[in-house]
Amino acid sequence: MTALKKSYYIKSRDFIRAGEASIKIQTLLKSLNYNPQLVRRVAICGYEGEMNVVMHGGDGSLSIAINTDTLNMEISDDGPGIVDVEKAMQTGFSTASDEHRKMGFGAGMGLPNMKKNADDLIVESEKGQGTRVRMVFFIHQGSDAG
Amino acid sequence: MVFWTEQMKLSQIVEALNAKVLTGDDLLQKDIDTCGASDLMSNILAGLSEGSLLLTGLTTVQVIRTAMIAGVGAVVFVRGKSPPQEVIDLAGEQELPLISSPYSMFVSCGRLHACNLTGLDGRR
Repeated sequence: MTALKKSYYIKSRDFIRAGEASIKIQTLLKSLNYNPQLVRRVAICGYEGEMNVVMHGGDGSLSIAINTDTLNMEISDDGPGIVDVEKAMQTGFSTASDEHRKMGFGAGMGLPNMKKNADDLIVESEKGQGTRVRMVFFIHQGSDAG
Repeated sequence: MVFWTEQMKLSQIVEALNAKVLTGDDLLQKDIDTCGASDLMSNILAGLSEGSLLLTGLTTVQVIRTAMIAGVGAVVFVRGKSPPQEVIDLAGEQELPLISSPYSMFVSCGRLHACNLTGLDGRR
């Protein structure tokens, strides 16, 4: 059963507002008393994903669905897509510009960091077809639960 | 391997770095026990940065967002840098203390290391 769904618009190349959706999700999850480490992992994945959309993608969205045992996150955009997903998953591989690097991003750490923090991550993309990244986070019961 | 940490109050860090408090005057009692220095925000997001001190030469709004997302305890801008007022205001709203030190990244790090602060992974 899905208890709660939220969706946020991400505007391509809007570097000023990039990350606002992830901050909102972080605030929401904190207020619902989810485990702080879970909240941190979800927020980091959301933020890295948002930055990817803003830097590389077209307009897109960040959505979460909180279920009993899992939190699902989907970040999608209608941008140019990823030519080689396998390469994009390698730490250090990046197609970022100097502008991105000046902001402290574009070192080829985004997707690998998302993979590290999510319990499951699937990237679907084709050149010219946009990108969809789906992640699953397990909400552990017991002492780890909120 | 035995790691040890020496906590510092943010107020002591302000003193050690001869720093100016840009926002968070009322939060200087905060304890800080680890420290990371980077202009690469992805490093902070990938590291054990919760509750840490972040030293950086970048002053964009994304530094504040990175700090908030990663749970960083306070941010130091080195080389006397200061972000635009709207960036300071955003940090203020989020109760994220910002300080600005006249020292370079190297000297700032050296001073804090001499005060026994460790890196994000607990090493020194």
